Amino acid sequence: MTAVNSSTDAHLQISEDAGPSHWLVGLGTFASRWPLGAAGAVIIVLMIGSAVFAPFIAPYDPLETDFAAQFSPPTMAHWLGTDAFGRDLLSRIIYGSRTALLVGFASAFLGATLGAMLGVASAYFGGPIDLVVQRLVDIFLAFPIIILALAVVSILGTGVSNVIMAITVPMIPNCARVVRSSALAVRQMPYVDAARAAGFGYARIIFRHMLPNVMAPYLIMLTAFVGQAILLEASLSFLGLGVAEPTPAWGLMLRGAAVEFAESAPWMAIFPGLAISLGVFAFNLFGDALRDALDPKLRTL
Amino acid sequence: MHWYILRRLLLMLPTLLGVAVIVFLLMRVIPGDIVEMRFAEGRFFNRELVEKERARFGLDRPLWVQCGDWVWGLVRLDFGLSMWSGAPIRQEIAIRLQLSLQLAIMATMVAVLLAIPLGTLAALRQDTWIDYVIRIFSIAGLATPSFWLGILMFLCFLIVFQWIPPMVFTPFWRDPWQNLSQMIWPALAVGYRYSAVAARMMRSAMLEVLREDYIRTARAKGLWQSLIVKRHALKNAMLPVLTVIGLEFAFLIGGLVVTEQVFNLNGLGLLFVQSVARRDYTLVQALVLLVALVYIVVNFCVDLLYVWLDPRIRYQ
Repeated sequence: MTAVNSSTDAHLQISEDAGPSHWLVGLGTFASRWPLGAAGAVIIVLMIGSAVFAPFIAPYDPLETDFAAQFSPPTMAHWLGTDAFGRDLLSRIIYGSRTALLVGFASAFLGATLGAMLGVASAYFGGPIDLVVQRLVDIFLAFPIIILALAVVSILGTGVSNVIMAITVPMIPNCARVVRSSALAVRQMPYVDAARAAGFGYARIIFRHMLPNVMAPYLIMLTAFVGQAILLEASLSFLGLGVAEPTPAWGLMLRGAAVEFAESAPWMAIFPGLAISLGVFAFNLFGDALRDALDPKLRTL
Repeated sequence: MHWYILRRLLLMLPTLLGVAVIVFLLMRVIPGDIVEMRFAEGRFFNRELVEKERARFGLDRPLWVQCGDWVWGLVRLDFGLSMWSGAPIRQEIAIRLQLSLQLAIMATMVAVLLAIPLGTLAALRQDTWIDYVIRIFSIAGLATPSFWLGILMFLCFLIVFQWIPPMVFTPFWRDPWQNLSQMIWPALAVGYRYSAVAARMMRSAMLEVLREDYIRTARAKGLWQSLIVKRHALKNAMLPVLTVIGLEFAFLIGGLVVTEQVFNLNGLGLLFVQSVARRDYTLVQALVLLVALVYIVVNFCVDLLYVWLDPRIRYQ
């Protein structure tokens, strides 16, 4: 675990040192100023570690059924107990972190990136294009994220890649709105005028000049989205509209037998939910600290 | 001010019309229609019959005729019939709106009662252990899935009290006690999550307001801290919190699909998801318009409340 920890630390160090302005803080400073954020980062690293090394950590095969051990309460053989098919809950939770992180990172990255591009382009072009894009964004923002995601799933069908798509779609307008407001300020910067005067096309100005300068809101939205995406994936799977059995996924583990037999086998309902909460909690803590560190307006408080 | 209100009210009409046309088109862009969905269930396909069914719903007419027909119905406040059940849409929605509206109002009350004192306290005790505990409590609220909270509640009732809340919805005026003993639990589960967003906003808004000049003046003239917070700071710090609460309220009307599932409630969220899956065009369109209307009206009310909370704000 220490190896994973230090390599991630080094990575964070580099990315922070390579940043464009004076808010650079070493990881030590980050941890001492934002202890909650550092705690979140540690949990995230542990989660990534357990997802990557799942086959080495998990005591059992997550799909292996053992009807002799159906509904086994937590014992020395099965630390967190077993489910209705005698599958080991701990192993399924460890493997489930793969599904959660895959869906979380993929849809957060796609949603934030496409949203940032849309927001910057909308701010750059202004005028009627901006107006139309913003009204469309308004309409999408009037809907709860889960409703849009469910609508997309009911059109595309279930499965991991469709779930990623379904979670990406409602995130695009959210990110576009936030990034646009930062991009409007960037649009007024002399270097954008200079780039236009130099005869650069809009694509080059948007990608090379404006996008790098809205990195702070982009990163803040990205980390916030990962937690939300994990929660959404769990909700969709819980409704039976996300990842399909027998893939280990936290939301799916809370479905069906976990609720039916909750009274006699409460461990089935408790531990997967704990995993979801802890994972999302970690990303929220880290995202909050990141926002405080990157947002100059809130920094002085 | 009167002109402002009138203009805002009039502006609602083109916005709603825009939403109506866009949702109409979106539904038609989605592959599959109600007839295909029906026949897919029965696993039998007869081209002639499909065409006949389409004609029955008027789906064979040009798009602009269908759209115009629907919008003309809206103008006369006639939402038409549900394509799936054949019942009037007004009736389909009315039963569920009653439940969803009550849940939204109760959850908002829970959220406000939690968020405002907690957010204020966290701001006043910034960076002490109280602040940290409150922040962890609210971040945990954002991280806990409401369906899991629901399952835990049921588990707790079963194991500790050997009791489960009533499962069938009774309107409040018929039996308030029965109604509340069912609705209070989902309201708590949703309200806790919802309070997290508002409490965080309350904390940061309060921190900002406490650094304003007029608060310093109030301190300088020797006013008590509690009076400064209650009389001077709270009203101003409420502005962004109100926006968040307004937005969330609009979401609560149609967005509680998972909670409705866990607590076995027959609300608008589930109806919406079912209707999209069935391609019940008329019902989806009516629901989208309803959600948009709630969203617009709530935003409008929030803007008006601003004036009351902060006299510096004037609308022309």
